[in-house]
Amino acid sequence: MNAFKGFIAKEFKQIFRDKRTLLVLFGMPVIMMILFGFAIRNEIQSAEIAVLDLSKDSMTEELIQKIESNPSFNITHYLQAYSEVEPLFQQGDVKAVLIFENNFEKRMIRNSSAKIQMVTDATDPNLARLLQAYTSSIVQDFSKSLNPEISIEKAGLIPEIRMMYNPELRSVNLFVPGLIAVILMLISALMTSISITREKEMGNMEILLVSPLKPYQIIIGKVLPYLVLSLINVFTILLLAIFVFGVPFEGSFILFFAESILFILTALSLGVFISAVANNQQTAMMVSLAGLLLPTVLLSGFIFPISSMPEILQWISHIIPAKWFLIIVRSIMLKGGGISVLWFQTMILVGITLLFMGLSMKRFNVRLQ
Amino acid sequence: MKTIQFILQKEFLQIFRNKAMLPILFVMPIVQLLVLSFAATYELKEASFSLVDYDQSSLSRELSAQFQSTGYFSLDHKTFDTDKALEELQAGNVNMILTIPENFSRNFLEGNPVSIQMLIDAVDGTKAGMIQSYGSSILRDFNQNHAQEIRLVSSRTGPQPGRIELIPINWYNPDLDYITYMVPGILVVLVSMIGLFLSGMNIVREQEIGTIEQLNVTPIKKSHFITGKIVPFWIIGMIDLVIGLALARYGFQIPFLGSLALILVVSGIYLIVIQALGLFISTVTSTQQQAMFIAWFIMVVFILMGGLFTPIESMPLWAQDLTLANPVAWFIKMMRMVLLKGASWQEVQHMVFILIGMGVLFYGVAINRYKKTAG
Repeated sequence: MNAFKGFIAKEFKQIFRDKRTLLVLFGMPVIMMILFGFAIRNEIQSAEIAVLDLSKDSMTEELIQKIESNPSFNITHYLQAYSEVEPLFQQGDVKAVLIFENNFEKRMIRNSSAKIQMVTDATDPNLARLLQAYTSSIVQDFSKSLNPEISIEKAGLIPEIRMMYNPELRSVNLFVPGLIAVILMLISALMTSISITREKEMGNMEILLVSPLKPYQIIIGKVLPYLVLSLINVFTILLLAIFVFGVPFEGSFILFFAESILFILTALSLGVFISAVANNQQTAMMVSLAGLLLPTVLLSGFIFPISSMPEILQWISHIIPAKWFLIIVRSIMLKGGGISVLWFQTMILVGITLLFMGLSMKRFNVRLQ
Repeated sequence: MKTIQFILQKEFLQIFRNKAMLPILFVMPIVQLLVLSFAATYELKEASFSLVDYDQSSLSRELSAQFQSTGYFSLDHKTFDTDKALEELQAGNVNMILTIPENFSRNFLEGNPVSIQMLIDAVDGTKAGMIQSYGSSILRDFNQNHAQEIRLVSSRTGPQPGRIELIPINWYNPDLDYITYMVPGILVVLVSMIGLFLSGMNIVREQEIGTIEQLNVTPIKKSHFITGKIVPFWIIGMIDLVIGLALARYGFQIPFLGSLALILVVSGIYLIVIQALGLFISTVTSTQQQAMFIAWFIMVVFILMGGLFTPIESMPLWAQDLTLANPVAWFIKMMRMVLLKGASWQEVQHMVFILIGMGVLFYGVAINRYKKTAG
């Protein structure tokens, strides 16, 4: 037991001696939180657009002014002819061109209808769609203000929409759980796998194996410091989320931390498994990078909704632990979900953890001989 | 020249001797391109909803059928118990609860406004936004379809209000196809990963194992050594890129409007720049773990701030300015411009010069920091 304690103490020392890594380890979650919290939003901010006004009357002028004053748009070019559109798009900065047809005001008065063409640079479909939606709502408001007395809907269906659990549609609320998953994967799986393969690559593993320590003790000793580090990071992110970004926390903290520890264990067992398979750090790194981190970012529902993916990928996403963890954390934080709704996801995480622990124990023992 | 040749030979031998690395270098990028391109989409495929229909009329059935017939919404179950529906929403089994009020049919046909309640699970804001806009447009269509009937009954409807019609025209990607947009960006990520991680790691590895001292005592010059580390992964990166481009062209049917030569030149330059960054990381770290960790951190920031997943236009202005210093953002932009819009050298040249500037800066610092002495 004494040897075990000594071994753990050694591992902690080795990690905490490395100031540069520690700085990144603790600085990274903070920087990522700030970037995500402030910089990555779903609302458009001053997108560059151009205007081609073939009519140049008081009505188009007023409408252009309305658009100009909207913080989502930044009118950078006033064009004179249709032929100027293409070269402008080729340069790549202008994302949309609004073209007002000639005699706009006259048509509006005579036929009570006029047309605006909105040409978008749809290389980014999402942006194009958003710009259209924004413009369309500005134009609608404008045309309502033209005839206020008849604009009120008098008949028909009116959608009464309530956004549950996240009424302001804040992207921070969505990103925080995903960020926790990514950082835990990074620290727990990636760092563990590299630190164990490192011992192998440097030849220290043999020294450890001939020591009185049992193999499982070696693994626990390797894994424990990262468990502690990960927990500290979960705590930091949570504090930032709640106090800086005002992310709601509806559920129970105890359940949250219990689930976090479970997910850390899952990630650790994956890390140990990778280190049992890989024989040098480069391999371990590339495997965890491509096999764990990218799927965690892309297939877990962190950025892209899983339900939008093709069927096959939806199936694949079932074996990504982060997907289940995300469901759990989002539910606890935003919906106040308890274990009664989350037991299924929890069991899956437990299952994955046990599976990989078992697999790596087996591989590890084989290596001993 | 002879020296470089030998160093290159050694490096290639070392890379290809490691059997685990080969599939990682050549198979994994392909698999990822395939998987990620399909995964990265914001299109609404299917949202499930609970229906609480208090009216139970033919009109209310028509409305719910209209929701289902769009293909975006699938009916999960019907219920009269709002609490139970809310429970399902909380558990995440449904994305929306659609509530049709009592006397819906009568009020609607009498020309009164009727509100239809949609409770949307907004935890995923993007998806909620899509559900909202699709749902509202279904209601609008429903109104339109029944406009005649309502107007006949209702005496209160006034004259047609003036209407400004907004006609959207989508250039370069008329179907608003997400894959077309994502594939060039994901190619960038894969190339960057090879460039940034592998060359940097390789030098740190020599440091960590101690073989760098052996190299230091040889007459190999600094520049030889660095070239020897850069070239192999540059070649591997370019091979991956060409495979990826072929896949994009023939597998994903991405239009190649621009010139292939321009893409290759720009990519070649970009790879050197990103490798220089890897080199720089290797000079400030001493173990592979450190190098890897810092490289990964930088990569995540570059990718998330590079306009790959979320448009740069949706960042606050200060963050938009920060992306000017992000080589990944420049390269993603160039790839998309050349591939999807057919931009030529003239449109991208200033970006290429910015990239070259960054490359020179990184190399300068890295070579300055790399000492041919131990410790």
